[in-house]
Amino acid sequence: MRVLIPYLLRLALLVILIAFLVVPGWFDPLLKPLVRDNAPAIYNQGSLLTLTLLHLRTVAIATTGAILVAVTLAILVTRPFGAEFLPLSRSLVNIGQTFPPVAVLALAVPILGFGEKPTLVALFLYGLLPIFENTLTGLTTLPSSVMEAARGSGMTDRQRLFKVELPLAMPVILAGIRLSVVISLATATIGSTVAAKTLGEVIIAGLQSNNIAFVLQGGLIVGALAVLIYDGFSAIEHVLARRAGLPARA
Amino acid sequence: MIEIDGITKRYDGNTVVNNVSMMIEPRTVTVIVGTSGSGKTTLLRMINRLVEPTSGAIRLDGEDNRSMPGFELRRRIGYAIQGHGLFPHRTVAQNIATVPVLLGWDRARIDAKVAELLTLFQLDPAAFANRFPHELSGGQQQRVGVARALAAEPKVLLMDEPFGALDPIIRAKAQADLLAIQSLLGTTIVLVTHDMDEAFHLAHKIAVMDKGALVQYGKPAELVKDPATEFVQTLIGTSERPFRLLSIETAGDAVEPGPADGKPLAETISQRDALSELLWSGRAAVPVVAADGTVLGKVTLEGLTRRAAKPQ
Ligand SMILES: Nc1ncnc2c1ncn2[C@@H]1O[C@H](COP(=O)(O)OP(=O)(O)OP(=O)(O)O)[C@@H](O)[C@H]1O
Ligand SMILES: [Mg+2]
Repeated sequence: MRVLIPYLLRLALLVILIAFLVVPGWFDPLLKPLVRDNAPAIYNQGSLLTLTLLHLRTVAIATTGAILVAVTLAILVTRPFGAEFLPLSRSLVNIGQTFPPVAVLALAVPILGFGEKPTLVALFLYGLLPIFENTLTGLTTLPSSVMEAARGSGMTDRQRLFKVELPLAMPVILAGIRLSVVISLATATIGSTVAAKTLGEVIIAGLQSNNIAFVLQGGLIVGALAVLIYDGFSAIEHVLARRAGLPARA
Repeated sequence: MIEIDGITKRYDGNTVVNNVSMMIEPRTVTVIVGTSGSGKTTLLRMINRLVEPTSGAIRLDGEDNRSMPGFELRRRIGYAIQGHGLFPHRTVAQNIATVPVLLGWDRARIDAKVAELLTLFQLDPAAFANRFPHELSGGQQQRVGVARALAAEPKVLLMDEPFGALDPIIRAKAQADLLAIQSLLGTTIVLVTHDMDEAFHLAHKIAVMDKGALVQYGKPAELVKDPATEFVQTLIGTSERPFRLLSIETAGDAVEPGPADGKPLAETISQRDALSELLWSGRAAVPVVAADGTVLGKVTLEGLTRRAAKPQ
């Protein structure tokens, strides 16, 4: 029974989240005490469900791009011919992470205009680092006897990469993707400052009209999404790592 | 036949293997010994081109090993290493099937080969084929490692300290299994070890490496009789000499006609173990039997003592 509790809690969270997005009216009494006078307690300038789906879509597109670029880059710089580019690519990716997303938005808007595009660029740059670093770690800490056996049994470089290196590094790569997704989920809210359709809209609307209920529900939806997605990834990593007989690396 | 012809390997001006030449006869076991850092692994890895030599050539059945891409060469040569190097994300059957899959064998042939090898290594296919390496004991992992190296029926098997991580009892069993499988399949084996007992037990010929050079290459008995250098002498161990001689051949090779009393010995045990048994049981002679139980004759304390003396 006790082992079931964490799963039940997550299931409950999922059910509440879906209910809130589909029939927000049910939660009106809960949020009402937070607003003054006759201000609405539930966001009323658009559908919460639609905003959530758009929010997720933005994160998914940006993360997919970050995965493709970061994993490819990490693979290239761990090959013999790419080794000399390792320091350079590390610095580039680090800059992507240290450059504040807000600044990226400000710089991207004049070029790309308002809306989703500058947000995608900011999230993409911001999400590269964890995936890149984890893929590097995964590919460079493989057991040497296994790599030796792969070479010794006559695998080509490509076969080693796809049949041995990537499968064994997968749990660590997934951990990087998980971090990246969670960071992006939160960061995507600022996209609404440049008119991207994300849950940030709800929070900004709340700030503008001094409506704490709006701010809270926007934040809580993002938080719930992050928790659920984080746990989902962790579970997949765990299964993969256990199947491979690897120690479950965090 | 493996011809190693004037092979040298240098790393940044450091000569690690120095102008080594040797001929390895087909269907024999050659053991390379020497101190740590003497270049044994490097020499072995130049045979399947995991390391490319600085100069010299290696020919397999007369064919230069650079006449094909390295990965194709390695699919034809078995390779087993210390710590087995099994792929942790693949089952035992998938591990064993590695090279056959790379060679594009059809499914039925691969399955048959996997089952055959598992049985040969005394692992029940039904119980082991679908396990993952971490679900096996060290000894079982090691057997799967050797089975994987033999899966594509290579003529040559290279082994780098394959039994180094095993406890003495499992190691003795693994050595006996290897000899049985080698004579069954007729594989040419080149094996690197630190363990002189293992070398004398397994080798048809022993190659001694010292600081990158091949200082002696010959039958085990020749090494005991005429060590080429002080180093070979030390490696063999002066006080070990008579026992080394006895550990080369089996009790079956020392059988004399005539009856003897008491519990018989198997013909496959070494003469050294036979002597030990005679000394321990206080007998002067003991019967020797074949695997099917037929009495072949006896070994005697006197006969073994004669065999342990310095060869004339
Ligand atoms: N890739 C390499 N680069 C530079 N030096 C190397 C390389 N590989 C091996 N060496 C050096 O070559 C020498 C011989 O190494 P090798 O692994 O062949 O020794 P070994 O006889 O197998 O030793 P051990 O018994 O400890 O396994 C060592 O001094 C080692 O440091
Ligand atoms: Mg070595």
